[in-house]
Amino acid sequence: MDVLPTVWFAVLCFMLAGYAVLDGFDLGVGILHPFVARDDGERRQTLSAIGPVWDGNEVWLVAFGGLLFLSFPRVYGSGFSGFYLPLTMVLWLFVGRGLSLEWRNHLNDPMWRAPADAVFWFSSTLLVLLFGAAIGNVVRGVPLDPDGYYQGLFAWILNPYALLVGVLALGVLATHGALWLALKTDGAVEERARVLAGRLLPALLVLVAATTAATLSGRRQMLDNYRASPWLVAVPLLIPAAVAAMWHFHRTRRDLEAFVSSAGVIAALVASTAIGLYPQLLPSDPHPERGLTVANSASAHGSLVAGITWASVGLAIVVIHTTFVYFLFRGRVPLESEPVTPPR
Amino acid sequence: MTDAAVADRIQFAFTVMFHYLFPITTMGLAPLIVLFQTLYLVRRRDRHARAARFWAKIFGINFAAGVVTGVPMEFQFGTNWASFSGFSGGVIGQTLAMEGVFAFFLEAGFLGVFLAGVNRVSPFVHWLSAVLLAGGALLSGFFITATDAWMQHPVGYRIVHGRAELTSLWALLTNPFAWWQYLHVIDGALVAASCLLASIGAFHLLRGRHLEFGRLSVAVGVGLGAAFSVLQVFPTGDMNARNVGHYQPVKEAAYEGLFRSQSDAPIAILGMPSTEQRRLLDPVEVPGALSFLEYGDAHKKVAGLDSFPQPLWPPVQVTYYAYHIMVGLGTIFIAVLLVGVLLLWRRRLFTARWYLWAVMLMLPFPYIANEAGWVVTEVGRQPWLVWGVMPTARGVSPTVEAGETIFTLLGYAGIYAALAIGFLFLVGRQVALGPRPMPAPRRREAL
Repeated sequence: MDVLPTVWFAVLCFMLAGYAVLDGFDLGVGILHPFVARDDGERRQTLSAIGPVWDGNEVWLVAFGGLLFLSFPRVYGSGFSGFYLPLTMVLWLFVGRGLSLEWRNHLNDPMWRAPADAVFWFSSTLLVLLFGAAIGNVVRGVPLDPDGYYQGLFAWILNPYALLVGVLALGVLATHGALWLALKTDGAVEERARVLAGRLLPALLVLVAATTAATLSGRRQMLDNYRASPWLVAVPLLIPAAVAAMWHFHRTRRDLEAFVSSAGVIAALVASTAIGLYPQLLPSDPHPERGLTVANSASAHGSLVAGITWASVGLAIVVIHTTFVYFLFRGRVPLESEPVTPPR
Repeated sequence: MTDAAVADRIQFAFTVMFHYLFPITTMGLAPLIVLFQTLYLVRRRDRHARAARFWAKIFGINFAAGVVTGVPMEFQFGTNWASFSGFSGGVIGQTLAMEGVFAFFLEAGFLGVFLAGVNRVSPFVHWLSAVLLAGGALLSGFFITATDAWMQHPVGYRIVHGRAELTSLWALLTNPFAWWQYLHVIDGALVAASCLLASIGAFHLLRGRHLEFGRLSVAVGVGLGAAFSVLQVFPTGDMNARNVGHYQPVKEAAYEGLFRSQSDAPIAILGMPSTEQRRLLDPVEVPGALSFLEYGDAHKKVAGLDSFPQPLWPPVQVTYYAYHIMVGLGTIFIAVLLVGVLLLWRRRLFTARWYLWAVMLMLPFPYIANEAGWVVTEVGRQPWLVWGVMPTARGVSPTVEAGETIFTLLGYAGIYAALAIGFLFLVGRQVALGPRPMPAPRRREAL
């Protein structure tokens, strides 16, 4: 039994968790920004809280894609081409989101900024919903043909369970974004974000409970690994613990701790799902034997060794300079701050 | 070649050619921004800081467009070329993932610091962010070129169970095909960015506004552009062509329009290749030049298209014309920019209106030349997806229909049209406004 594919499975989960935690808060800000910012000055303040870092956050997804291509090319090919249309639409949403965020402040005119804000809100919200739905479908298992390609209807992708996970993702990331704004802004935006976070928390608890119940009733296989090694149950137990910590720190206005707790919730959700899925990367339902697993879709040993060697160095460098960038932008964004690209 | 494969190829060609318009600017402009930043750090002249800030804005608009059009490129390997991905992921997945992990993180991370950090970080950290940003841009270009070079000249792999398995990462990164190709690509971007400086500077001088900025931009653009455009032919272009001649002789025969293997092989300056008559119509040729360039001996024999079975020919016309457009334009750039250097030396550059008009209107052509170069490389690689290993028709996704690809192609066309309009509008407005005075230093504050 080669251990490397399992190591790579863990690396990919780390990348996905990093993406969800980092891009998660700016996607969350995208979902919330029409509700916390009432005028152009507040919009600018809100976007300045993510402007300098969002691009680096999104790279986690690009790097995840590259590393998946390297380590499990079959999943990359079969998985992506099977979900051809929804995935392409996700890419379109990325185009719209990136442009609306980056180009918004280049022109000080409501006729330019209003559509930019609308596109930013729409694409952020839909992306989070679709990402959640994608994870939901992976957990549920999808109909695969013998070669590992998806064979099903486009509409099936939005089945009730997948939509539930999509709504969970909306709740988790909206809370995450609200806590980021509470941490990074001041004045009216900060207060509104705080109130919103307080309102989202109970909804979040309900969503986590509902999704857990739906998963356990509909997909018993998710429990196999936990049955085999009961100590792993500690990981999903971190979810309610982190939510409780988030609640406590939110009430006592300890913004940094509250945000970190929220990141903990996301990481624990990703890790619990990953443990439940292993060794499947894309389970098949029906015909579970057709699923794409760590064993049947990994790259050859030489590719995995070379990849893990440079990737561990590379990711260490990434952690260092990401930390440095966040350190440079520490502190709150005041209301009258100059936007990233000053308008005329 | 099935309908689906044709649709996949058209989609890849369209999305990648549109995407590449932006990296040309960012890869070429980043080192020039570092130059201005360095001048400012050392000499503390406001004009250098103003120039750096102006070009940073143009860089930022381009970078955003480059990122959003680049992400679909990465995922297109999986969506439209699933068989190719499954076959080659263990090898080119390395360089593609390296681009993300080493280059893209660096670029995206420090772009924010560079754009938002002025007046918020120390001048040295600001300069450092520009350097790291340029480093990221140049690294990014390398990993993508190395990925392409493996498809042109596969190295460091063996085939196990019908899949390419990496045997040497070192061989992949030191692919002899990659390095000259990379230098040629980067230098092409530098030519384009220099012409951008000269062109926009000329625009301001002709309008009689922002004279100081205009003079600086024209002088730097013309001076560096002349040097880069010479380097584009020799050594980078020359060595690249020798590599192609050595590793992909049929591609060379196609882009030179050489149908017959012959000693004293000529270079066709003009002519129209005809695959029916298997010859160049109305050629204007320099006898012996091709043999000389390829082997340093005008009498050596060069393989023509007739040395290869016709099914292995790339599309001759497209390859030939793209190559001649690239070389022709490159020659014109050298001539025009050297005239500019002469004028600069004679102190007449800033007042020679005829010349400024010429430089200003030259702007689109370096971009066309860069794109034409990639057309030569990629169309000339046909019918192979991985040279000599995997035919293009075999690399596509088996489950994606032509209709689906046409649908998404139309979607991309619509979105990219909107993007292009917004882009031209924003850049045009930035250019019209010109550089803005330096703001008064403010207290350091977080963003």
